[in-house]
Amino acid sequence: MADDNPEINLSEAGGSHNEARRTFLKQSSLLTAMTFAPGPIVQAAAAQFDEKVAAAFEKVPLKLEVNGVKHKLSVEPRTTLLDLLREQLHLTGTKKGCDYGQCGACTVHVDGNRINSCLTLAVMQEGRKITTIEGLANGDNLHPMQEAFLKHDGFQCGYCTPGQIMSAVACIREGHANSEGEIREFMSGNICRCGAYSNIVAAIQEVKNGGQKV
Amino acid sequence: MKTPEKQIGARMNRVDGRQKVTGAATYSAEYQLPGITYAVLVGSTITKGRITSIDTKAAERAPGVLAVITHFNSPKVPGFDTAGKDPSQPATVGGPIKVFKDDKIRFNDQPIAIVVADSLERARFAAGLVKGQYAQEKHQTSLEAAKSQAFLPTSAKKNPKHPMNDYQRGQVDAYKTGAIKLESEYVVPTEVHQPMELQAITAHWEAPDRLTIYDKTQGTMATRRDFAREWGLPEENVKVIATYVGGAFGNALHSWQHESAAIIAARVVNRPVKLMLTREQMFTMVGYRPYTWQKLGMSATPDGKITAITHEAIGQTSTFEEFTESTLAQTRMMYESPNLTTRYRIASLDVNSPIWMRGPGEATGAFALESAMDEMAHLLNIDPLEFRLRNYTEQDPEKNRPWSSKFLKECYQLGAERVGWNKRQLKPGSLRDGDWLIGYGMGVGTFGAHRGSSKANIRLLPNGTVLLQSAVTDIGPGTATAMTQIAADTLGLAPEKIKFELGNSNFAQAPTQGGSAIVNTVGPAVQEACLALKEKLRTLAASSNAAFASAKKEDVVFAEGYLTLNGNPAARVPFADLLQQVDGGFVTVESKPQGNASKNYSMYSFSVHFAEVRVHALTGEVRVSKLVSCADAGTIVNEKTAGNQMKGGAVGGIGMALMEHAIIDDRFGRYITKDFADYHVPVHADSPDVQVAFVNKPDPYVNALGTKGIGEIAIIGVAPAIANAIFNATGKRIRELPITPDKLLV
Repeated sequence: MADDNPEINLSEAGGSHNEARRTFLKQSSLLTAMTFAPGPIVQAAAAQFDEKVAAAFEKVPLKLEVNGVKHKLSVEPRTTLLDLLREQLHLTGTKKGCDYGQCGACTVHVDGNRINSCLTLAVMQEGRKITTIEGLANGDNLHPMQEAFLKHDGFQCGYCTPGQIMSAVACIREGHANSEGEIREFMSGNICRCGAYSNIVAAIQEVKNGGQKV
Repeated sequence: MKTPEKQIGARMNRVDGRQKVTGAATYSAEYQLPGITYAVLVGSTITKGRITSIDTKAAERAPGVLAVITHFNSPKVPGFDTAGKDPSQPATVGGPIKVFKDDKIRFNDQPIAIVVADSLERARFAAGLVKGQYAQEKHQTSLEAAKSQAFLPTSAKKNPKHPMNDYQRGQVDAYKTGAIKLESEYVVPTEVHQPMELQAITAHWEAPDRLTIYDKTQGTMATRRDFAREWGLPEENVKVIATYVGGAFGNALHSWQHESAAIIAARVVNRPVKLMLTREQMFTMVGYRPYTWQKLGMSATPDGKITAITHEAIGQTSTFEEFTESTLAQTRMMYESPNLTTRYRIASLDVNSPIWMRGPGEATGAFALESAMDEMAHLLNIDPLEFRLRNYTEQDPEKNRPWSSKFLKECYQLGAERVGWNKRQLKPGSLRDGDWLIGYGMGVGTFGAHRGSSKANIRLLPNGTVLLQSAVTDIGPGTATAMTQIAADTLGLAPEKIKFELGNSNFAQAPTQGGSAIVNTVGPAVQEACLALKEKLRTLAASSNAAFASAKKEDVVFAEGYLTLNGNPAARVPFADLLQQVDGGFVTVESKPQGNASKNYSMYSFSVHFAEVRVHALTGEVRVSKLVSCADAGTIVNEKTAGNQMKGGAVGGIGMALMEHAIIDDRFGRYITKDFADYHVPVHADSPDVQVAFVNKPDPYVNALGTKGIGEIAIIGVAPAIANAIFNATGKRIRELPITPDKLLV
């Protein structure tokens, strides 16, 4: 089955790979499947519902480390990292605000770098280390950025907050927090509709100036 | 014994802050229910007409699909068939569309189908396979084109005392005969709330007659009422949970079709259904600030006394609900003017219904009024601040009665100092820094200091902490934090020992969060509940300690592990003893405005916003370099959260002034702004370090706390302050928002 196929290389050009795979499913695997697969799949295949047949095989294996926990997963290639985190790993601290990489609410760290998790398919992150807002604190000890957001009231409704905090930590790590203007520029991918920007900038400046390791 | 520190006025951190910074705060689409399913809505591709057919075959066959529901197969919703007025909604006139009830299309992207599947990906894929066929009719989505069909709202026609009626003092349209006069037209386009959390609902039929919804709503009780009526259920059979609401700004003041659709879907699949709108659907399937055209005429004497104002407005509404807002309210009471006329009309378009967006009509009206004030000051060659002072109202000229409190002059002074108003030049275009033109402007805001009735539940827990509960929601201002502070002071208990729970319709009755009224309304209920608890405990303590029998409830003091009396530390009864006697239930208290204060006084919060802008002479780029917001909002319970709320309103005002513009292509009736790439809202780089100052003087009449409300005045007046600053910088008067560079380059 496709789930066990070790040679799936997602760095290959998507189109030809998918096409080849679909043909494979239709031709060879389908024959195997018809031997072993339960009735509905055989019926579906007989009725040429290749979409339905394909669906039975369409999950691919994925290894990820999320907040220090190693996961061996089986996911649909079309699943975004954001939806994987929220709907399958139940890490709902990472927020969905637009699905287009325009708002930053879904910001997470991949190998320490900030990305919009809505703009990446989960399978593109094979083997990577993901940190979400749930993994930022050290047990009960909040990360300095979380403490600074609390102190400076860097939020109101709280929905953009996980993304702002993940982005803020990365902003300092990148060396893009050297002035108020620079912070505002490099935090502009994270929208706060409540408008707590002044307080967010104050929180980032405090952490940056405090010199703590982020 | 050490007197506990006073909490009201303290800059306390939010009580729910830790949940929000760790990702533990749970919003409506984040409840892990067993057997959860995912729904995606399909919207109409036409704007007006009828559905002739919907091909759902391919979607039904797609993997993982559990149901595809359209008006062809939707189950009967009992409330949809109730004769007469729609029972399920609080709309003034008309009622919202009953989803999947008939084949009529009344606006573009109106839900025509809901697809439910076992995963989000599968639901989304299948939704794309649903194809509707339509019989199209001619639509109208342009207010400018429909202005001639504008009408007086039915609410006003029916009731001559309704505030939407025409208003008159002195002579009608007297400005026309004034010696010095102006007449200008203003446009505030459609703006969309776009809170960061998309509209989301998780609907769960726990039994055939018992519904629980986790919903993005500003009012758990209003939502409960809506859906109980829709399904013909007793209200107690419907539970609405909104523990965290990821922003709303008015967007969740109305129950929308997607909520009904999710509940129908959950009924059909007999499993919990989770539905989150897409960002595109946040333009179409929920409300917005309506496109509003205004005309303002004003006359004045050469020494700067306003002699007459006429302010007219036409706002858009849908064909099925008459949406109205108080666009002209500020004009009637803000300045002395012996002659004053207001006329408010609405026009029906083939669009979804609008809904109040922060500051609502007042923010729209203030753009015209405060721009016109600036225009008249310029015409008279008087400083705009001085012009406002010359027309300052010491009592309400609309209702001819005193203000409950008004410290707007103090706000003017605070703000003018902080922004550096003395640098402002009367002549536009006088200040320049290289290619940047610099200007200063101001805008005033006001909003009624409303107080309703509310209940609060209170209970002493075995560990000596106090639990308070209220059905109120918190869309971001920090309701639980403010209530904890109020309770702490009233009980004399440290805030850490108080827990305020909210966002559940099973808790004590509370109003919908909106209209800047929550601290005004729920605050007194919390205060009174705390006093009632003290009294209850005093009575119980009296049975074992005589000193409590003669004591007053106000003197009852909480100490570590026991109850004692102020000034009599020897009197002490352990909590453990009291708890044995307490029945374990809640004390419920109802708090209502008392007496005639609201009839004898006009109650308003006031604000003024000062802006310094830099306008690039060659590109027309506008940077708001300084924004100072000052408020007379009565007692400030928490300056940290209240200040944040003011800053947020100011940022919203930047959006209104410079970028927010939801555009429909009228040929198709469809929005062409459909996400944050097209519909711009302020980001970090657009926002200056907003400065906030509060007068912080208690209002003697609104309630015992002295609060007046902040949410709306935070944005009302910001857009004209920026527009006026742009005029001062460039000499260009832009009367149609948003003020984008193209308008400054012509």
